[in-house]
Amino acid sequence: MLDLHGYGPRLLEGAGVTLQLALLSLILSIVLGLLTASAKMSRSWLLHKVATLYTTVIRGVPDLVLMMLLFFGGQMALNVLTDMIYDRFGVDWYVNLNAFAAGVLTIGFIFGAYMGETFRGAFMAVDDGQIEAGKAYGMSPWLVFRRIRFPLMMRHALPGLSNNWMVLLKTTALVSVIGLTDMVRVAAEASRATHEPFTFLLPVAAVYLLIASVSEWLFVRLQKRYNVGFGEH
Amino acid sequence: MEWFNALLADNRIFTPNTIGFYWEGLVTTTQLVFLSLLVGLVLAVPLAIGRSSRHRWISLPIYVYTYVFRGTPLLIQLYIIYYGVVFFDGIQETFLWPMLREAFYPALIAFTLNTAAYTTEIFRGAIKATARGEIEAARAYGMSQSLMMRRIILPSAFRRALPAYGNEVIFMLHASAIASVVTLMDLTGAARFVYARFYAPFEAFLFAAAIYLCLTFAILFFFRWLEKRLLAHLRPQSG
Repeated sequence: MLDLHGYGPRLLEGAGVTLQLALLSLILSIVLGLLTASAKMSRSWLLHKVATLYTTVIRGVPDLVLMMLLFFGGQMALNVLTDMIYDRFGVDWYVNLNAFAAGVLTIGFIFGAYMGETFRGAFMAVDDGQIEAGKAYGMSPWLVFRRIRFPLMMRHALPGLSNNWMVLLKTTALVSVIGLTDMVRVAAEASRATHEPFTFLLPVAAVYLLIASVSEWLFVRLQKRYNVGFGEH
Repeated sequence: MEWFNALLADNRIFTPNTIGFYWEGLVTTTQLVFLSLLVGLVLAVPLAIGRSSRHRWISLPIYVYTYVFRGTPLLIQLYIIYYGVVFFDGIQETFLWPMLREAFYPALIAFTLNTAAYTTEIFRGAIKATARGEIEAARAYGMSQSLMMRRIILPSAFRRALPAYGNEVIFMLHASAIASVVTLMDLTGAARFVYARFYAPFEAFLFAAAIYLCLTFAILFFFRWLEKRLLAHLRPQSG
């Protein structure tokens, strides 16, 4: 049997952290992605420029560098802010940037850029006639979005979404570097302490493969659902 | 050199010394990425051919390899190789040991295996997409399997794979940032060092980010230019 030298419970906790981190960042990235896609398709020149700058810069810089910039830089910005509050109002208030929150915000922010590109392409693939039909029925813009634009868009977005999710899942491993105790960090610590790297790192790798396989299956089912009415695909 | 010193005269962080760190980091990053891409590319061609083989005992092990390396984080692969290399029996007595003891070579091995897995799948997709008519024409000429591979399938598959491979190159450049985790002084490692020394996160990381951004654009434009040249026959004819 696999002897984990008492690291078992911590590894399990770490796996929980990884999963929560991945799911919360996914939600944030989808919201940001939808906003970015809308901004890119909007008639406003400024919104378009801002969204383009966001997707270009984020996709041109390594995740790890962005993560460190936002984590260490965010802490410094917070310190400056709290110092200012102390000077102005005499309120002694200190905020320590929570590694988990920083991880979710950073990964969500990074993948929002990738999601934005995915959603933009998918929205553009939706047939205009469908939207006009919705308008002709007297639907409000929000109702058109909810009942027509979004479900039709998802059909085109799912392959890209699934791809982004797989990359996002693997990116969560990087939070171990900025001090968050996910399963990779526990496994790396345990490997150094016990000099048995394979005992800890191989099971963690297997957990990643397991999550990836389960999500692959889920995405196939989702794809089937969103393809209803479009024949074989 | 004088104008350079004058440029840097009024600041605390970007002294010629720190710029030197960044320069060395850039050299390390470039070496790491270029070498792993080169070796990965050489490995990926036979692997992709094997992956497209009809014999399951050839294609299945390659599929397992690409599935595992594409399905797990590169950081884990790096840790396994970096911490695990000691445990290969007798490796400490071989001539390889002085090399493997440094972080550079374990990182190079991990990156190479990783990019080879992705590139194999990219090439396999391109090989699979070869037009049937081209293969039939080659057969009709009486070409052998290997001649057909060399003259017909691979040249057109490489061209089809070009856009996806360009993305892989950029992905590899970005992924190489994790080399700094195993104490390597690459571009990100230099940024971390400058951050720790001056406690200046914005300056340290934004400078590195700007260099990465420039490298990304350079790669992007190179592949656009390459695509324009090599895929000219696929563009709609004008005039």
